[in-house]
Amino acid sequence: MSWKIRACYGCQRNGRLTCRRTRLGEPCFKTYPLECVDLLKRARVSFQAGRTLKQCFRLAQLEALVRMLQDNEGDFVDALGKDLHKPRFETILSELIVVKNEALHAIDNLKQWMQPEHVERNLSTTLDECLVVSEPLGVVFIKGAWCNPVQMCLVPLVGAIAAGNCAIISPSMCTAQTAECLHRLAPFYLDNECFHVIFAGINDLPEVMELKFDHVFFTGNREEGTKIAQAAARSLTPVTLVLSGKNPCYVDQHCEIKTAAQRIAWARFHNAGQSMVAPDYILCHKVVKAQLVQALKGCLLHFYGPDPKESRSYGRMVNSEIFNRTRDLLWRSGKVAVGGQVIEAERYIAPTVLTEVGDNDPIMQQDVFGPVLPVLTVNNIDEAITFINKQEKPLCVYAYSNNHKVISRLIIETSSGSFCSNDSVLQSLMVSLPFGGVGASGTGAYHGRHSFETFSHRKSCLLRGTRFECVTYLRYPPYEDRNLSLMTWASTLSQKSQGWCQIL
Amino acid sequence: MDTQSQVVSRLRSVFASGVTIPEEFRRAQLTKLMSMIKENQEVIVKALHKDFSKPKFEAILSEVEIVVNDLHYTISNLSSWMKPEYVSKNLATKLDTCFVRREPLGVVLIIGAWNYPVQLILLPLIGAIAAGNCVVIKPSEISAATSSLIAELIPKYLSQDCYAVVTGGSEETKSLLQNRFDHIFYTGSQTVARSILQAASVHLTPVTLELGGKCPCLIYGRIDMPAAARRLVWSKFFNAGQSCVAPDYVLCSPAIRDALLPVIRQTLEDFYSKEPQSCPDLSRIVSPRHWTRLMELLGKSGGKVVIGGESDEEDKYIAPTVLVDVAEDDALMKEEIFGPILPILTVESLQEGIDFMNRQERPLALYVFSDESHIVNTVLENTKSGGFCSNDGIVQMTLPTLPFGGIGASGCGQYHGRWSFETFTHRRGCMLRGWALERLNTLRYPPYTESKLSWLRWSTSPESTCSLM
Repeated sequence: MSWKIRACYGCQRNGRLTCRRTRLGEPCFKTYPLECVDLLKRARVSFQAGRTLKQCFRLAQLEALVRMLQDNEGDFVDALGKDLHKPRFETILSELIVVKNEALHAIDNLKQWMQPEHVERNLSTTLDECLVVSEPLGVVFIKGAWCNPVQMCLVPLVGAIAAGNCAIISPSMCTAQTAECLHRLAPFYLDNECFHVIFAGINDLPEVMELKFDHVFFTGNREEGTKIAQAAARSLTPVTLVLSGKNPCYVDQHCEIKTAAQRIAWARFHNAGQSMVAPDYILCHKVVKAQLVQALKGCLLHFYGPDPKESRSYGRMVNSEIFNRTRDLLWRSGKVAVGGQVIEAERYIAPTVLTEVGDNDPIMQQDVFGPVLPVLTVNNIDEAITFINKQEKPLCVYAYSNNHKVISRLIIETSSGSFCSNDSVLQSLMVSLPFGGVGASGTGAYHGRHSFETFSHRKSCLLRGTRFECVTYLRYPPYEDRNLSLMTWASTLSQKSQGWCQIL
Repeated sequence: MDTQSQVVSRLRSVFASGVTIPEEFRRAQLTKLMSMIKENQEVIVKALHKDFSKPKFEAILSEVEIVVNDLHYTISNLSSWMKPEYVSKNLATKLDTCFVRREPLGVVLIIGAWNYPVQLILLPLIGAIAAGNCVVIKPSEISAATSSLIAELIPKYLSQDCYAVVTGGSEETKSLLQNRFDHIFYTGSQTVARSILQAASVHLTPVTLELGGKCPCLIYGRIDMPAAARRLVWSKFFNAGQSCVAPDYVLCSPAIRDALLPVIRQTLEDFYSKEPQSCPDLSRIVSPRHWTRLMELLGKSGGKVVIGGESDEEDKYIAPTVLVDVAEDDALMKEEIFGPILPILTVESLQEGIDFMNRQERPLALYVFSDESHIVNTVLENTKSGGFCSNDGIVQMTLPTLPFGGIGASGCGQYHGRWSFETFTHRRGCMLRGWALERLNTLRYPPYTESKLSWLRWSTSPESTCSLM
């Protein structure tokens, strides 16, 4: 993920000869383990003092987060422009507004989320209070991926704050300017004892996790996710993992091809293809394949013009490593039907569509984190479903079809974190839908209320009095069969009316 | 006889065939499980008695009734749990359908513990079946009689294609974990939990851990001493203290301790007579190794035995024992006791008691005995634990509507009732769009313009529940 070049002064002081920096000339921002220990301690002390518990505190922090994004829109647009050549439009919509909406949703609903939930009682607890109270976990660690660096750190942070936790946030070092922006701005808006932004590379994470957090929230690729899971296993830390995978997209013969092409092209090529939720490959019904490729070509021309390199709506690859990897996949797989131009100096890869891609081509063996879209042909939906099920469970499955039965089959016969028909990406932005992976694409979910629940512990509370011993008496020794019969008889009675009961 | 890998592959193919998915299948299996328990109550009670002299009353309550209740609750609610959950939409998605679909995970593994060998296998199993999974069941080898019984009964009643029992000790468990599962549910100790997590992390398998911990019991303020003593003694010495939610130690003021001791003594006599060893209502320690561990703890403790203390190695018997003058760094305070030994530690104030509890690892349950509700609320709000109960012990885990699970060192994940179903389920967010409103969609497409951005800023307003790209 980074070059190893001669160490900066800070690293040399800490005994390193080489330094992890993402680009030559960039400063190194590494936060050392000792600093992390100190930050974690401060966060813990604040948490234990109960600083984050009150509703008004949580609301104030959420409002501050919204202000941070509003006041510094220009800074974020600049930073993401430098890191990813991300167009201003995309930064505002997919990074800033997404977080703002999550925060506003949390602010609107926080009171209700924080309410204890009373549960159905049984015969013997009729006089008691039975409730579930949502409590914060403590100090949580959030590591965001680089493809949407602001969104992936701050959306989970909204949940962590809403649930009453302290947090240490580690934005990806691949998008160093954005990380620096967050690091610089956070102390002016968020509570300085409870929330800290640190610089830590992926390889530093196991060391950071040894410090013991109450929850770790990670977005990234599968290999990194496995390392996190292994580090978490050593310290018995619960984790939420949202991991990228190969998101299949089935295009049926009965389909509005032109509209489908637009939606697919937008989903695949925004952020220059660097997205965890974009369709990774197309399984196109052979009848419409030529049409689809033609429609995609037309779309791309309309979106980015004849030379996308000149378009202000098109991004660049985040660094040389990702650039090289994507370019290799492009060169070694299938045949270029649209695009294919690369310019190394700019880390530019044109929006590219590949055809004649074989199952064993390199592009089908790895996640595609770039603007290259392989189109494979299938004879029918059965083939598509079989193919999808041979792969690991992805973050998303997409299907484009006019036929409800086709859509139903894809929902029922495949498994994925989430699903969307006749569009892509949007299901991952809905505040009311849980977003997360399953199997190899991760564990746990977030967005909206689900973020709040991810960072909460549901504590069961049974508040009894000691005054009414009449029923409880039956359970004490010396045990008598008569008492047991009475208790089971009463249980059966209640079962007939309620379906279940326990007398204790 | 299939090897473990063959069993897992076979279950995987069966799951892929979709046979466990229909509601009728799940309901039928749950109904058969119900028959299995009801028709074999006697043999279950006998096996539990063989393993640790569990009295029939305790066996029925804590192993049979609790499972039957959860089954009834699950069967009556299964339809509604399985339904897709429709969610609110925003401006741009008004014409779409957005819902959360509950899907099974695949092939899951349930590893049971020895102290409640029936309940700790069957309660998660109910959830796994209800959620539509195939299941590999690994009962604990320590409660040998009950585990063999489970291994014999399950294939007789449940579909042998979809559910398999694997027996054996820690070696067999280790090799079983080399296989890939879609979820692992483990009840047991922290040490073993770490190695399970390590094995699971290779395949990115999610894990639910139900671990033990030292469940503190704070007694403070005005209390009804006899009632409190009865409930404390019942929950502590049920199953000879071998419950993950038994009150592990008591914290109270010296005055309460002095008032409590004679009442505890009397209650013990009322419950287990003057000769507890000959009382059929008191269980034994599960194995010689566990008995020795407890006796060693007792030996190393700096506390003073004021009640009980008698033991009999051959009988694996330890009398209900209470110690006082126990310090925070005593041997008895270093690990979960898991036996009929109750240390009483003194604190001078409520805050001292709360601070003491907060200094320890987070427990599975936390108890407060007090007739003053403000004291109960103070403790509830200022401490962290998996579950909480005031003026009683253990019972909070018997209500299927309350989620049961730990936090921090006492575990992660929750189950019982609906929570078991959710544990073994994947909640898949689904959005079904139509082709209409494409003109609205064009706002998000390149070439990007300021006017498009303004429109989109407006439409993704605070009132909406989604951001539109």
